[in-house]
Amino acid sequence: MEEIGNLFHGFSIVLQPYNILLMVIGIVLGVIIGVLPGLGGANGVAILLPLTFSMSPTSAIIMLSCIYWGALFGGAITSVLFNIPGEPWSVATTFDGHPMAQQGKAGEALTAAFTSSFVGAFFAIVVITLVAPLVANFALRFGPAEKFGVYFLAFCSFVGMSKEPPMKTVAAMMIGFALAAVGLDEMTGQLRLTFGFTHLLTGFDFLIAVIGLFGIGEILLTMEEGLHFKGRAAVINPRIVLQTWKELPKYWITSLRSSVIGCWMGITPAGATPASFMSYGIAKRLSKNGRNFGKGEIEGVVAPETAAHAAGTSALLPMLSLGVPGSPTAAVLLGGLLIWGLQPGPMLFVENKEFIWGLIASMYLGNVVGLIIVLTCVPIFAAILRIPFPIIAPIILVFCAIGAYSVNNSSFDVMMMMVFGVLGYLLKKCNYPLAPLVLAIVLGDKAEEAFRQSLLASQGSLAIFWSNGLVSTIMALGLIALFWPLISEAWNRVRSLATAA
Amino acid sequence: MTRRLDKSVFIAVAAFGATLALAPASPASAAWEPTRPVEFIIPAGTGGGADIMARTIQGIVSKHNLMKQPVLPINKSGGAGGEGFLDVKGSAGNPHKIIITLSNLFTTPLATGIPFNWKDLTPVAMLALDEFVLWVNAEKPYKTVKEYIDAAKAANGTFKMAGTGSKQEDQIITEAIQKSTGVKFIYIPEKGGGAVAVQLVGGHVDSTVNNPNEAVSHWRGGKLRPLCVFDGKPMPYKDPIAEGKSWADIPVCKSQGLNMEYLMLRGIFTTPGATKDQVDFYIDLFKKVRATPEWQDLMKNGAFNQSFMTGDEYVKWVAAAEKEHHELMKAAGFLAK
Repeated sequence: MEEIGNLFHGFSIVLQPYNILLMVIGIVLGVIIGVLPGLGGANGVAILLPLTFSMSPTSAIIMLSCIYWGALFGGAITSVLFNIPGEPWSVATTFDGHPMAQQGKAGEALTAAFTSSFVGAFFAIVVITLVAPLVANFALRFGPAEKFGVYFLAFCSFVGMSKEPPMKTVAAMMIGFALAAVGLDEMTGQLRLTFGFTHLLTGFDFLIAVIGLFGIGEILLTMEEGLHFKGRAAVINPRIVLQTWKELPKYWITSLRSSVIGCWMGITPAGATPASFMSYGIAKRLSKNGRNFGKGEIEGVVAPETAAHAAGTSALLPMLSLGVPGSPTAAVLLGGLLIWGLQPGPMLFVENKEFIWGLIASMYLGNVVGLIIVLTCVPIFAAILRIPFPIIAPIILVFCAIGAYSVNNSSFDVMMMMVFGVLGYLLKKCNYPLAPLVLAIVLGDKAEEAFRQSLLASQGSLAIFWSNGLVSTIMALGLIALFWPLISEAWNRVRSLATAA
Repeated sequence: MTRRLDKSVFIAVAAFGATLALAPASPASAAWEPTRPVEFIIPAGTGGGADIMARTIQGIVSKHNLMKQPVLPINKSGGAGGEGFLDVKGSAGNPHKIIITLSNLFTTPLATGIPFNWKDLTPVAMLALDEFVLWVNAEKPYKTVKEYIDAAKAANGTFKMAGTGSKQEDQIITEAIQKSTGVKFIYIPEKGGGAVAVQLVGGHVDSTVNNPNEAVSHWRGGKLRPLCVFDGKPMPYKDPIAEGKSWADIPVCKSQGLNMEYLMLRGIFTTPGATKDQVDFYIDLFKKVRATPEWQDLMKNGAFNQSFMTGDEYVKWVAAAEKEHHELMKAAGFLAK
C-alpha cells in the first residue's frame, strides 16, 4: 500500500497549476510534432530538451513526457488521413485506418485510434504502478536469443495474413530484408551493399522508406484516380465521438489482448513497432471479422493502436529502472535525466521517490488531458480531408520532403523518398503488399543482430533458441502462429470427423 | 548571482590560461564569433557517452549564456559514426559546425576504409578522456582480476565479453586482454554501452569493459562489480559509490597482471579550413564550459580523466593515438583490406 500513498503524493505535485499548464503545452506541442512526419517524438523531445533545463526535474519530465504522449497520439492522425505513418508503430494503423477515411469514416477511425491509445497507455501505467520492480527484473532475462524469439514471433504472427498470393508476400518481405541489410554490419564492423557510395553508409532509414512507399505512393495513386480524396464526402458531425464510443466496448477482448501484448513487448524491450504488428496479426486471426481486415475494419485500428501505446508507455520502465531506453524518444528522455543529475537505474526508485511518483502521476493525468484535447479536435482533423486535393497534395509533399530531410539532415534522403514513392506506386499496381516489406525494413536488422549475437554466444549451435523455458515458449508460440492456418484446418477436419462418427 | 558566476568563470579561465604554456594569448579578444546557430555533430546514437556530453554542453552554453548563438546537437551515427565525420569533412569553410569524437575517429576509417582521416578536420581541444573499467556480475565469486582470469581460463574459451560495436574500442581492449593473458573470449557486439551493461546484469555475458558512467548505476544497485581500470594511475574520485568503495579504490589493471592501458578521447574538432580566430573562439568557449559546476558534476558522475589540451599538444596526442590504434587493430587483424 506504500505505492498508493506515494502515488497520491505524486498527484499532489502534478496538480499544481504550473505543472498542469506545462502538461497542456507539452501535449499540444507533442501532437504537432507527431503530425509532422519525420520530426517524430525523439527529435521533438531532443529539440525541446534545453527549454526544460531551467525547470525542476519533476516539472521538466512532466512536460517532456507529455510531449511524448502528444506525439504518440499525433502519429495516428496522418496515418489515418493520408496513409503516412509518422512513426514506425503507426504503420499498422494505416492498414484499416486509411481505408476507413476513404469510406468517409475518418472521424470514427480517429476516435477509435485515440481512444485505443488511451486504453493501451492507461493499462500500461496501471501495470507500472503495481508491479514496477518485479517487471523490471523480468526485462533482465532477455538476452540475444530471447530477443530474437520476440522478433520471430512478430514476423510469424504477421506472415500469412496477407490476401495477396504468398509468393508476392515473400518477395516483398525479401526486398525489405535486402534494404535493411544495406549499410554498416554491426556484427563485423564492415560495410555491406554500399558499393563504395558513402551516402549509403547509413543504410535506408525506415522513415524515408515509409514516407515514400506510403505517402508519396498514395499521392501518385490518387492522382491517377482523379485528383480528389475518396473521403471528401465525410459528414462532419461533432457527435461522432460519442457514436463511436458506443461501438467500442464490443471489442473489449481485442483491447485487453492488445494491451497485454503491448506491455509485454514494451518491457522486454522489443518496443512498440513489433507490438503493433503482432497485435494486428493476432486480432486478424482471432476476430470474427478477420476477413474484412485491411478494408476498413474498426477493430483493425483498435488492435495496433492499443498495443503500440501500451508498449510505448511501458518502455519507460526499463529506461528508468535499468537505464536502457525501449524507444528512441525514451533515449532522449534518458539524456535529460542525466543532465538533471538523476542516474537511471535500480536506485532511482529508492533515492528519487518524489521524481518517480510525480512522473507516474503525470502519466495518468497526461493521458487524460491528451485524450480530451485530441478528441475535441477530431472533427477539425476530419475536415482536413475536405480541402481540395490540388491544394492539399503539394502541402503534403512539402511536409513529406521536410520530414525525410530532417531524419538525417540530408537532401540525398529526399531523393531516396521520391524513389521509394515510385517503387511504392509500382508495387501497389502489381498487387505486391507493402506491409511485409515495411515490417522487414523495420525489424530486419534488429532480428538479424539478435540472431547473430545468439549464434556467437552458442558458438553456432541453433539449440540456444530452445535452451530455456522462456525462449522455448516464445519460439513455440511463433511456430504456432506461423502454422496457424494449417493447425486450424486440421482441427476442423478432426472435429468434423468426430461429429460424423 | 550571475555577475559573481561570471567572475569566477573568468578567474578559472585565467588560471587555466596561466597553466597552459601553449594556450593562445588572451582568448577574451577572439575576433570571430558565430553569427548563426552552431551545429554540434555527434557521431554516435542518442543516450551514449558522447551524446550525453554534447547535450550537457548544449545545456551549459544556454544556461550560462556563454555564446550569443545556440548550440544544436545533431546525431549522425550511421556507419559507426562515419556519417558524422564525412559530414564535417564535407563542410569546409563553414565554421558553424563542430564535432565531438570518440575512438571511432580512428577505428571507423581503419576498419571500413571510408575516405576519412582526422587530419581532414581542424583540431580544437581535448575536453576529457573517458576511462574503461573491467566489470563482472556481482553475483559471481571472483573478486580480483586474477580470480576472474583463472575462471576464464578454466572455462576454456566459453567466457563471453560484450561490448559496443565491432572492431571498436571495446573489442580492441578485449583483444589486448586476450594477448596479455592468453585467455580466449567470445566477443558479442551490442549497439550501445547501456545495453552492454544490462546484458552483464542479466547474466547473459561474463564481463564487459563499460565506461564508468554506463555502469555506475548498476554498481550502486549492487548488480555489478568493478575489477580494474585500464589507466596508468587510479581514478581520483574518492566519494563512496557502493559498499564503501569509490572510483579511487579500483586498482589499475597493470598492477593486476593485465598489461593494457586505454583511454578514449572526448575531443572537439571543427570543419576543414577553419581560421585561427575561429578555433580560438571555440577553445575559449570550452574553457568557459569546463569551469561551470554542471561540467564538474558530469566529470565526477562519469569518473572522467580531466586532461585538457589544445594546439600542438592536442595534435601530437591525437597523432600518437592514431598510431596506437593502427598498431592495435593491425595486430588484431581489424584493418580494412
